[in-house]
Amino acid sequence: MTERVAIVIVSHSADVARGTADMVRQMVGEEVAVAWCGGDPDGGLGTDVAAIRAAIDRVWTPAGVAILVDLGGAETNSEMAVEMLPEDRRGTVVICNAPIVEGAIMAATEAAGGASLAEVCATAEELSPGIGR
Amino acid sequence: MIARTENARRAEGQVMLAHPVGLHARPAIKLTKLAKSFPATVRLRADPDAPWTDAKSIVKVMGLKVPQGAVLYFEAEGAEAKAAIAALVALVERDFEG
Repeated sequence: MTERVAIVIVSHSADVARGTADMVRQMVGEEVAVAWCGGDPDGGLGTDVAAIRAAIDRVWTPAGVAILVDLGGAETNSEMAVEMLPEDRRGTVVICNAPIVEGAIMAATEAAGGASLAEVCATAEELSPGIGR
Repeated sequence: MIARTENARRAEGQVMLAHPVGLHARPAIKLTKLAKSFPATVRLRADPDAPWTDAKSIVKVMGLKVPQGAVLYFEAEGAEAKAAIAALVALVERDFEG
């Protein structure tokens, strides 16, 4: 049986990231692996490359990882975290261009059904009409 | 109320949505997940004159914003079409529990 795509949630706020992960688990179910991170190392708002990297590592699966981010810095730091992955994993992790909460729920719903990484990300991105990758 | 018609690889059903908040996020997710578990194509609509919506598309199903009291119309085509309709009607009938 193919493993399901995993979800990583990266927010400037740990509360937002944790709450989003809670919503995914409670509304979609436990069958999709979800990791979250948020806030900078000093406990303030921000994102941290090492924390993002650790979150990816916690849930990485050959099926792939879809990352949901909030604002620009989260996307930039997530890109850096992906660059730091071993070469054979880099191509299996994508950042979806979608609103963080709704996108995470849509992505996880799609992932729960066994969809591919491309399908999972495309579903999340359906929420942002007119914004292409 | 349920009415089911079927021929070889096609089935239909309809059921009233009694759920208090209508087809909001959690029920929509359950409905979509269940529809995806069947190989048949599955479509739904809340208005018999409206275009069909793909029941396997969570964004589209959630976007329907079907209110409580509406009748949901389902249509399935392909393998296990009848089972898909039966399962989806049953899910709505038991108010998306379980």
